[in-house]
Formats: sequence, structure tokens, C-alpha cells
Amino acid sequence: MNAHTPTALRELSYAEAIREAMDLAMAADDRVILMGEDIGVYGGAFQVTGDLVHKYGTDRVMDTPISELGGAGVAVGAALTGLRPIFEFQFSDFAALAMEQIVNQAAKVRYMLGGAVSVPLVMRFPSGSGTGAAAQHSQSLEAWLGHVPGLKVVQPSTPEDVKGMLLAALEDPDPVMIFEHKILYKMKGHVPEGYYTTPIGKAAIRRAGKDVSIVATSIMVHKALAAAEQLAGEGIDAEVIDLRTVRPMDHETVLASVRKTGRLVCVYEGVKTLGVGAEISAMVAESDAFDFLDAPIVRLGGAECPVPYNPELEKAVVPQTPDIVEAVKNVVKGRI
Amino acid sequence: MPDTQLEQNIPYAIRAYSPEQLTDALRKMFLIRKFEEGAEDSYTRGLIHGTMHLSIGQEASAVGSCMSLTDEDKITSTHRGHGHCVAKNADLGKMFAEFFGKETGYCKGRGGSMHIADPAKGNLGANGIVGGGLPIAVGAALSAKRLGTGAVTICFFGDGANNEGAFHESLNIASVWKLPVVFVCENNKYGMSTSTERSTAVRNIADRAVAYSMPGRTVDGNDFSAVTEAVDAAVARARRGEGPSLIENLTYRWRGHSKSDRNRYRTKEEISDWMGRDPIVSMSRLLVDHGILTNDGVAALETEAEQVIKDAIEFAAASPYPKVEEVTRDVYTVQEAAE
Ligand SMILES: Cc1ncc(C[n+]2csc(CCOP(=O)(O)OP(=O)(O)O)c2C)c(N)n1
Ligand SMILES: [Mg+2]
Repeated sequence: MNAHTPTALRELSYAEAIREAMDLAMAADDRVILMGEDIGVYGGAFQVTGDLVHKYGTDRVMDTPISELGGAGVAVGAALTGLRPIFEFQFSDFAALAMEQIVNQAAKVRYMLGGAVSVPLVMRFPSGSGTGAAAQHSQSLEAWLGHVPGLKVVQPSTPEDVKGMLLAALEDPDPVMIFEHKILYKMKGHVPEGYYTTPIGKAAIRRAGKDVSIVATSIMVHKALAAAEQLAGEGIDAEVIDLRTVRPMDHETVLASVRKTGRLVCVYEGVKTLGVGAEISAMVAESDAFDFLDAPIVRLGGAECPVPYNPELEKAVVPQTPDIVEAVKNVVKGRI
Repeated sequence: MPDTQLEQNIPYAIRAYSPEQLTDALRKMFLIRKFEEGAEDSYTRGLIHGTMHLSIGQEASAVGSCMSLTDEDKITSTHRGHGHCVAKNADLGKMFAEFFGKETGYCKGRGGSMHIADPAKGNLGANGIVGGGLPIAVGAALSAKRLGTGAVTICFFGDGANNEGAFHESLNIASVWKLPVVFVCENNKYGMSTSTERSTAVRNIADRAVAYSMPGRTVDGNDFSAVTEAVDAAVARARRGEGPSLIENLTYRWRGHSKSDRNRYRTKEEISDWMGRDPIVSMSRLLVDHGILTNDGVAALETEAEQVIKDAIEFAAASPYPKVEEVTRDVYTVQEAAE
């Protein structure tokens, strides 16, 4: 923040930022509708839609029956034929019930039809652990969808980005899947007023550094930044990159960082094996940046098990700040 | 059963069950109520993490539906499943221990409120996924038929679940394969905030049975005897190999959907109206009116239930936590190394 900033910057929570984006989009464009379970008078399971139903009515803020496959598919069909639906899964885990329409239909219909149609669909997925909701309500499934050509998959980590990326998703002619970590909903941060977009497919350098590149997604960005602060106190200067988009991935920002630092640590909450970090690592290993590496690449990801209920166990299955600190120290000090 | 005028005026449950069985049923209803009140209190005091879905007000449906089951028979349950556990003879201490995330809990602290299961007693488990238990119940019925065990499966689900594809696919498969399963819909008027009027195209969920060529009945789910009469007939039909049925128990949850519900979608009057139709009060009256229990006897059952819950909480509180090093245990079955 520079000295010329006149007054304190406006702050919103992550959930409020999403709501503001939806509100702006709905006010500007009648084709935008919201669909999901309990997003009307209830305001959404995480109070993201809030009171929008009172402003736009039940014709545009539609409570679906508990029918994920049908609801998601209706959104696909509506997107194909002139509407701009924003579909909320109550928890990302329930997208498992709608995979058919997401993976076989939304992702592929344009290609299968030789480019004759497009699916301007936005889906929102509250995801991640930390709420004590156990194995079927705590997953991080972005890598599942990131595996599917035809989908774009984003993981905004700040209130500013989630607003901008949601608006960018609505401008996008193709299906965009937004993974929102549930623990971020209450996090506050600066959010610019009015309409703006944040590009899909572009990573952000959250902290510049020269010793090691930490590439993190979603809530892990905040843990990585906390780790970087601690590491700074120990003389290690970490660069923290917020990947922001899983597909299409911003190769150049990551590669440029690795060329500079020569060390790479990937941090993500999804299960480590075959997760987002596997793709980042492979992408670096396949590039010229590989020659710049001074240490093996390290991935910190979710444990190889479902998310347990007990709070201590739940914490243990996802990377925490001390895990990042330790991994970075090992990489920098050549201990692996 | 003799068909005299007199007998017809006596409620089904009184005719079908012994005083001991009926007393035990009321005991279980009290246990469910006290368990959930105890869970709520523990939550408020910060002893329980996460969320929970309470079935206070729905006890007659859980206990009445399971009356003619043995430990060999199976149930599948839902996120609102504490009552089903107790009806299927669960150990209250192990239930509380699970809530507290302890190693002595039903799921060794890995599952929490939404995943309690007791396979030894035929409870295949609660489910975090609405409709998740429906096909599993049909699978259990397929096993029973193929293996010739004679077991019946009761599949509990909520009104909200009737709009999942899994519901429709499951009823159809169970019907074409004539499987011994009873689908018990606990219709408490809402799936979270969404009323059945706003979510469901039929007036009664039991009307869906027609589409799958099985009997369908809607009963007062707060009337223990009515529930028992309908479900027992469906269980008997399943045991005779005549296939599935759909029973709809009309009931109401007194509490919010979960801990984060602000009850914006229903009125205070509606809630208090249903609280005036307390299934435990009417079951107590039924047993007193038929000379099975005295009022003191009823009060003693309630006090006894309170003590059981106190002991269960004490057991849970004193139990050890799971070891963090063992967090990845039980993802796969540990197989003996081949010789
Ligand atoms: C597939 C799926 N969709 C949504 C949810 C979130 N959710 C949990 S319970 C519930 C309402 C279920 O309503 P109902 O089946 O009527 O059961 P009740 O809660 O009334 O007992 C919802 C929407 C879920 N757990 N699983
Ligand atoms: Mg319901």
C-alpha cells in the first residue's frame, strides 16, 4: 500500500465479494440466473447468495430440488440456449452426482459439435476441509475437473480475486468451474468497487523472493505467505505464487520464478498423488527451467486418505504452515 | 388374527407387541430424545466439532419402523440418523464417543455424527450424501436374496432425497428384481429450507410407488402404532419374497436443519403446532391408556434414559483420542502377506 492511499481501502469478506459480483452481473444482464440448493430464503449453506432472492426474486434466484444431476444439467442446457446460469453446488463433494453433465456434456458439447455451440456456464464449488464435516463434505476435487479439456478451473484465494474471476467467468464463452475454499468465506480483504475482471489463466506473485518458489493454491496461498514470513526471519527469501487457475495453467509465471530461484515447493490441499502439484512439477521438469533446479521438487498435498472428523486428525491430513516451513528449509539447505 | 369388533378398536401396536416390547420402544424413544438433547448441549459447550442434524420430534418413525426387525435385518440411514441407530440397538456410549472424535467411537473418531454405523447390529450407516443410502439398501436386499438369509432391509431417507436420481433408479431396480427392501421416507416437510410443495411434483411421496409398481402408503409418522402397522406389513411382504414397498411417515423436525439454520423458511406457529404433536407424549399416553405402563412408569423410563445418557457422555469424555500417526489406517484392508 502506498502513502497516497487516501482512506482505508474498502474491505469485504470473500463471501460478500462473490455476492457483489453476482449482484453486479444480475443487475447488468437479465440472462444471468442463479441456481442451487437453498440459495433463496436460506441464503445458501454458506450465506453466499444471502438476500439476493429479495432483490431479484425466485425466478432468477432458483432453489432447485435436491437433484444435482438434473440441476447441473438444466444449467448446461440453459447455458447452451441463451441464459447465463451460475450454478452453486452446496458442497463441492456433491458435484460427484453431477459429473455426467459436467464432464460428458458441458465440457465436450462444443468440441463434439465442431464448434457450433458454446456453454457459457459458471459453477461454484464450496470445497476443502476445516469445518469438521468429515469425508463426504471436505474434499478438494479441483484436479478431477482440471483433468477435463473443455473446462476451465479456477481457485481464487482472495476476496478481490474471487469477485474479478467470477465476473471474468461470466464473460467467458466456455464453462468455468470456481473452487471456493469454505474457510475463506469469512476472510476479509480489499475489494475494489464496481465492475472489473481478473484474468483466468494468470498466476499472481504474492511475495517476491529469490531463494525458493512456493507455488500454492487457494487457502494454501495464505499458509505459504505465513510460512514465508517465518522463513524470512531465518534468512530464507521465498517467492510465493498464487496459481489461481488450475486449467489453463499459467506456465510462464511459474517457470520464470523457478529459473530465478532454482527451487520449487508446490502446496495444495487436494490429495497429493495425481493432484495439481503433480502437474506443476511435471510441467517444470519438462521445461528448460529443469536445468535451473538446485534441489529436487517437493510437493506438499493432502494425505492419502479421506478427510477425517476428529479435529486433530483433520488438521493432520492437509499441509499446515509449519509443514511448509520445514519443507522449504529442507529444500534450501539441500537436505533432500 | 381374530377379527372381532373389540380387537379392531385396539391399536395395531398393542395387539402386535408384548408389554415388554412396547415399553422397550418407549425407552428407545426417550433415549433418542435425551441423546440429541445431550448432543446439543455438548455442542453448545464446545465439546463437539462440526455440525449435527437432530431428529427431535421424529422418534416414532425411527423406532416404529424397526419394531419387527432383528439384528440380522439391515437398515440404511441418513444424515439425520441418531434415532435409527438407537432403534437398531446402538450403544449410546460409542455414539457419544464418536461425536467427541474418540477412538472408542463407532467410527474411531473418523466419521462423526453423520457417519455412525453399527454393522454388527445391521445398521449399515448414516450417510452424508442425500440419497446415498438408497442403492446401498437395494444392494443389501440383493445379498439377502442371493444368499438366502431371509433378511429384510429398511432404507430410511428424507423427503428431499426423493428428488435424487438415486431414489428413482433404486425403486425401479428393487421392483423389477423383487428385492426384500422397504423404503421408508421420513417426510418432515422440508429438505433443508425447501418445502416439498416447492420441490416435489407429487402431493404424497408415497404416490411415487405407483410408477415402480409397488405398494405405497402415507401414514402419520408421529403415531407409533400407525408407523408400525404400515412398516410391519411391508416387512412381512418383503420376507414373503413379494418385493419392495414405499412407506411415507409424515413427521416434523423441531430443530433447525443443522446448527447453522435460522429457520427463515417456516413459521414459529408451524413449529409450535408440531411440538404439540409430540410422538413421545402420544406413545406414553397409548401405553398408559392400555394399562401397559403407569404415569410413574413413564416418568421412570425418562429418568432412566437421562442416566444412560449421562453415563454415555462420561464414557465418551474419558475415552482416548485417536493417534494422529494412524490417520491413514483403514483406507484399504490390510491383507495377510501371501506365503
Ligand atoms: C447429494 C447431496 N445434496 C445435498 C446435500 C446437503 N443436504 C444435506 S441434508 C439436506 C436436506 C435433506 O432433506 P431431506 O432428505 O428431506 O432430509 P431431512 O434433512 O429433512 O431429514 C441437504 C440439502 C447432501 N448432503 N447431499
Ligand atoms: Mg426432510
